[in-house]
Amino acid sequence: MQVTSSVRDPLVTGGKTYHDVTNDVSRHVEAKPNIRWFLAFLTSVGVLAIGSIAVVATVWEGIGMWGLNKTVGWAWDITNFVWWVGIGHAGTLISAVLLLFRQKWRTSINRAAEAMTIFAVICAAMFPVLHMGRPWLGAYWALPLPNVFGSLWVNFNSPLLWDVFAISTYFSVSLVFWYIGLIPDFATIRDRATGLRKVIYGALSFGWDGAAKSWSRYESVSLILAGLATPLVLSVHTIVSFDFATSVIPGWHTTIFPPYFVAGAIFSGFAMVLTLMIVTRKVYKLEDYITIGHIELMNIVIIITGSIVGIAYITEFFIAWYSGVEAEQYAFINRATGPYWWAYASMMTCNVVSPQLFWFKKIRTSVYATFALSIVVNIGMWFERFVIIVTSLHRDYLPSSWAMFYPSITDVGVYLFTFGLFFTLFFLFAKFFPVINMAEVKAVLKSSSDKVNK
Amino acid sequence: MKENKKTYWKGLEQLNNDPEFVKNADREFAELPSTLNEEGSATRRDFLKVMGFSLAAASLAACEAPVRKMIPYVNKPVDINPSIPNYYASTYATAGDYASIVVKTREGRPIKIDGNELSPINKGKVNAIVEGSILSLYDKERLAGPYSGGQLSDWKTVDAQAKSALASAGTVKIVANTIMSPSTMKAIQQLADANGNVEVIMYDPLSNYGITKAAETYYGTAVLPSYSFDKAKTIVSFGADFLGSWISPIEFARQYAQTRKISKEKPEMSRHYQFESTLSLAGANADYRTPIRASQSGLAVLALYNAIAKKAGAASVSAPAVEIAHLEKAAADLWASRGASLVISGSNDPNVQVVINAINELLGSNGVTVDFSNPAYYRKGDDAKMNQFVTDLNAGKVGGVVFFNCNPVYDFARGAEIAAGIAKAKVSISTNGTLDETSSLVQIVAPDHHFLESWNDFEPKKGHFSLAQPTISPLFDTRQAQESFLVWAGDSTTYYDFLQSNWQGDVFTQVETGGTFQEFWDQTLFNGVLAINSTSAALAPVGDVSVAASAVAKAYSADNTSAELVMYAKVGIGNGIYANVPWLQELSDPISKATWDNYLTVSQKWATDNGVTMYEGETSKATISVNGKSLIVPILIQPGQADGTFGLAVGYGRTKAGRVANGVGVNAYDLLDASKGFVNFDITSGVEVSATGDSYRIARTQTHQTFMGRENVIQESVLSEYQKDNSAGRYHPQVYKDGEFVKPSKISLWSGHQYSQHHWGLAIDMNSCIGCSACSVACQVENNVAVVGKQEVLNRREMAWIRIDRYYSSDAPAGDLSAMEIAANNPEVTFQPMMCQQCNNAPCETVCPVAATTHSSEGLNQMTYNRCIGTRYCANNCPYKVRRFNWFKYHDNKDFAGVNVAQNDDLGKMVLNPDVTVRARGVMEKCSMCVQRIQAGKLEAKREKRKVKDGDINVACAVACPTDALVFGDMNDSNSKVSQLLKIKENTTSALKEVNEERAYHVLEEINVSPNVWYFTKIRNKDLNEA
Repeated sequence: MQVTSSVRDPLVTGGKTYHDVTNDVSRHVEAKPNIRWFLAFLTSVGVLAIGSIAVVATVWEGIGMWGLNKTVGWAWDITNFVWWVGIGHAGTLISAVLLLFRQKWRTSINRAAEAMTIFAVICAAMFPVLHMGRPWLGAYWALPLPNVFGSLWVNFNSPLLWDVFAISTYFSVSLVFWYIGLIPDFATIRDRATGLRKVIYGALSFGWDGAAKSWSRYESVSLILAGLATPLVLSVHTIVSFDFATSVIPGWHTTIFPPYFVAGAIFSGFAMVLTLMIVTRKVYKLEDYITIGHIELMNIVIIITGSIVGIAYITEFFIAWYSGVEAEQYAFINRATGPYWWAYASMMTCNVVSPQLFWFKKIRTSVYATFALSIVVNIGMWFERFVIIVTSLHRDYLPSSWAMFYPSITDVGVYLFTFGLFFTLFFLFAKFFPVINMAEVKAVLKSSSDKVNK
Repeated sequence: MKENKKTYWKGLEQLNNDPEFVKNADREFAELPSTLNEEGSATRRDFLKVMGFSLAAASLAACEAPVRKMIPYVNKPVDINPSIPNYYASTYATAGDYASIVVKTREGRPIKIDGNELSPINKGKVNAIVEGSILSLYDKERLAGPYSGGQLSDWKTVDAQAKSALASAGTVKIVANTIMSPSTMKAIQQLADANGNVEVIMYDPLSNYGITKAAETYYGTAVLPSYSFDKAKTIVSFGADFLGSWISPIEFARQYAQTRKISKEKPEMSRHYQFESTLSLAGANADYRTPIRASQSGLAVLALYNAIAKKAGAASVSAPAVEIAHLEKAAADLWASRGASLVISGSNDPNVQVVINAINELLGSNGVTVDFSNPAYYRKGDDAKMNQFVTDLNAGKVGGVVFFNCNPVYDFARGAEIAAGIAKAKVSISTNGTLDETSSLVQIVAPDHHFLESWNDFEPKKGHFSLAQPTISPLFDTRQAQESFLVWAGDSTTYYDFLQSNWQGDVFTQVETGGTFQEFWDQTLFNGVLAINSTSAALAPVGDVSVAASAVAKAYSADNTSAELVMYAKVGIGNGIYANVPWLQELSDPISKATWDNYLTVSQKWATDNGVTMYEGETSKATISVNGKSLIVPILIQPGQADGTFGLAVGYGRTKAGRVANGVGVNAYDLLDASKGFVNFDITSGVEVSATGDSYRIARTQTHQTFMGRENVIQESVLSEYQKDNSAGRYHPQVYKDGEFVKPSKISLWSGHQYSQHHWGLAIDMNSCIGCSACSVACQVENNVAVVGKQEVLNRREMAWIRIDRYYSSDAPAGDLSAMEIAANNPEVTFQPMMCQQCNNAPCETVCPVAATTHSSEGLNQMTYNRCIGTRYCANNCPYKVRRFNWFKYHDNKDFAGVNVAQNDDLGKMVLNPDVTVRARGVMEKCSMCVQRIQAGKLEAKREKRKVKDGDINVACAVACPTDALVFGDMNDSNSKVSQLLKIKENTTSALKEVNEERAYHVLEEINVSPNVWYFTKIRNKDLNEA
């Protein structure tokens, strides 16, 4: 057992016992769905249904339903893709990297963060398929499958293919990691349940018996998966950034992209975790598990990554000037002062300026301020991707081809669809799955709860 | 170790060498038990296997592919071999526009029009309208048979009606556009002989009556002269768009380009001055262009006359003083190159044209660059007679009227009066092929064949004849108009026989072939053209300039302050006759880059003064009223528009052209003024323009007007600098590597391709590219490029594989990026054809996840449509933005049936090139360098067991190009034209060729994508300080 200094703030407050932990978390799974949950869930499903119209229209009529054109071949689709993938970074970072670094405060947020990751990656994965002109073929032609088309193979030079591997690996590892963590908790719920519920949770818990050997294996698997997932946290967004960095388009062709994208992803991921957790802790009355201390720590990560992103923005400008490449210089001046200056201004304000407010302890320990800023950060990060993709494409080398991009209603609809999907999945998760990792919280209860400190 | 000699036996059988054992000794496994049981029937497992297979096979078989029947010929026509094209020489002649053509047919269907290389006039070249006219053959709206009283009838009834009606009509007027056909005139003469009082009245929508009238006054013969731009060292044009729409633009562009091509060996070019109100294609190519008011144009001509007269020592004429920039300079240059000078005017005012004739006389141009003794018959329209006809028609003095393939209700200045007057004639007949604005008002419509279904002859110039022959059997129950005339005249010969007998009598007698008429006829038909040498002495002036000059001095003013309207014709739509061809509607206008509309061009100053702005396609509307008639038109801010003048294109606002053209734009013919005895395209009084403030969107394919000073895109210089240094204006990007600056091509991630056979390349001379866009339409026809309609062009999704980038210069200092976006008030214009650059280090190829776009062994960047999944990554990563995505299904889709007619209805589909796939939705497409032509050329050479020769294969754009600005060929062949142009000396199979031509450059050289398309710097013949 690791020794925790007594001057550290307790991770779990309210003098919780093991039984309290089980009760507090399982209560929501076991209770009948209440009206508030139903309303929230139905709203999500409604958004999903409305968004589905846009998805069906896109698949039925063609990509022409979106606002794209001959000059701007990607806009909201890839913006949304990168945005969702970025959001999907926090979960693995929290569960894997923080596990390796023995940051115990992760225990009460990692479950929800990982769930969020998985749902975000599902949403993200929609776009590479939906944005294809012929998704019914592309969905499997993009995979290196043996085929009868002759010697047709995928192009391993293409960053889009690297994406296929990066995203699918990340998704599978995250899913396994998340599910392994859920097994002891499902067993806890199974043991408290009767009837059909017992059967279902019994099946979900894979016959977990809580034996010492099982726990030992559980710990080993967690460690191995954490070891596997840690490089993935860095690789996924690095590879996503290669979509742009390996191209020849001014504003895309930038070697700074990998670290810049990873920092941005963690930045937006933590913001999304905060957005969700602040609501969950309030609704589920989990303030003793997800404490102000947790929120503050996450806000500190946001300041750091936000500042990294800010430095990256400035570096890009400097390098554009230093490169002496006319098109590159124009691309950046155009970002800041061209027709899409408002997108750039939104990005700068939301991503660079607003997180700096967290230097004030009062703000970073305020639930309301954090909630507001976490949303601001994700708006900013959406604009960052929009700025990179659209403002680079819309005015590249030949002025004859310069064009504007205006989103269509279908663009909005498809984005809504992913929101609907995300929240539908998240609400199902919040209702039927334990939102806090009971087993792991119990593990830190002795060493760092305020009961022990007393 | 001691050798172990012990032997272990596997068993007694081995020891005994049992035969059974020996047989199976080298088998790894003992014999498997039989799958059959003793009775030899199938086991349970076999049963399951067979059942599984049958089930799978049966269900697969149920997924039946649609049955498409291919029916072989029972008796194969002699000339038709499936997949082998046939070519027929023929002639395009519509409303005075002439081109000798070669029609490509596949399986009996005409699918492409190229120029006839044997023609001394257009020498194998065409323009956008000629290219596009082929689709009008497959127009669903063509009449299926004769109409009488608005009802579909039959020829017997119609003929009986027409014959008796014409006989009893009294005076009969046959209204037509210019008739260049001698046999047609004879057929009409037969009708006249049969009926008595018959008169032919010719008019032209784009009238050049002023020139013929002035020729009559000044030289005593009412003809158009032959122009020779190729002999001119100085060209001065007053508002004549001789490269776009004036008289015979294909011919003139070809001639003009010869004076604009420069090289180390010939570092000289003509100097071209243009004085005009609206920026025209010719103006865009001029070295010196001065925007002038239309009201000043006559005075400018007088001022030039006086300046030349002064130098020539001739008497000057009295003229109000007018300040015109560059006019003195033009006069000096004209005088310096006298004998090789050419002055023309687009004015339809005969008095102005008389002064132009006088100037050319002073310059000694008559007989050299302007030749009235070898007249051209492109325009025979007589505005005065037409005016009289309209007056007579409304006065009820016309008994019968026959509209012979013309549509004056739409395209004559007094069309509305004609519409009102038709009913006053006892009999009205039209031979138009569709129920257009005119033919829908007449009693009898006797539809003519399409020109590709017809026999005919033409005499476009004195001594030049050409024949038209059918390239397809008539698609509908139509009849050649000339045959109708013969029938109504009581003559039952077919027009073909009639034509032949005319030729036997009139033409054959003039030539000495030494053969029979049939041989002569066959050879002429094969050639399509016939030139009969005839020399005639230059005409001497018989008229006097002073009368005309004083009339001009009176009619024009130096200080008009009211608004002026100048009507012009666009390169794509022209006079509007082929407005129903969607290719032409969607052709991006070379100057405005607008499609699917006409619009009021206004000066930047007027726009600023009136608070009118234009961003992307967003603009607003204006009301323009001309002497009481008013129209509401969208505004287009046009740099180079003379302040105080407005431009409006004719050819739009069709109401009965068909589903494509109906309702597109407004009809500017309505605003033409015929009150002065000629059709006046320049309205200088009574014009009022006011912005309405209503917003409107004009679909432009290019919305950014300047090239932002980017030297990696446009490299240009002036002639004097070029003469000093052949690489003047070149930009040489360099990249720092290992302590020194090197050419970008020296640094590459790639090891480079080797092309052991061919290495296709394209050289584009920006000096001879005039922007006419014939290439664009030729490509569209050749490669089945979809038309997407106005809304999709507004969405910036036009599909053109080759486009003409048009850049204006800006007055802003370098570095002021937002000011550089604004074009100069009178900008220099640069045209840059842009298509797939077939990069050797193609950025598109590396990013495609499924390898749908790959590099060929001949240097082509190839697109595999059926592998493409449509990620559009290649298009994003294309620095030239030449890739086009199929955003929707454009073929067989009712949403696009109204615009993409060539890929939607059965009739329209006949024009498709069977060698090129019609692309499905969701796939990327782009210029393939006409790979189907390359393959065909290689196959042909292989069949003949020889190597491919230079010239065997040519791409559609280069074939159409009237100025030979595009040269295609094999860069591995050092004797090919393209290698010669690029001065590729060494024989190398490497993708990286050493190009020694100083003018040749790669667009965006610094990113080293290593294109196979080379551009030649643009050189202007300007003084250095004015460039």
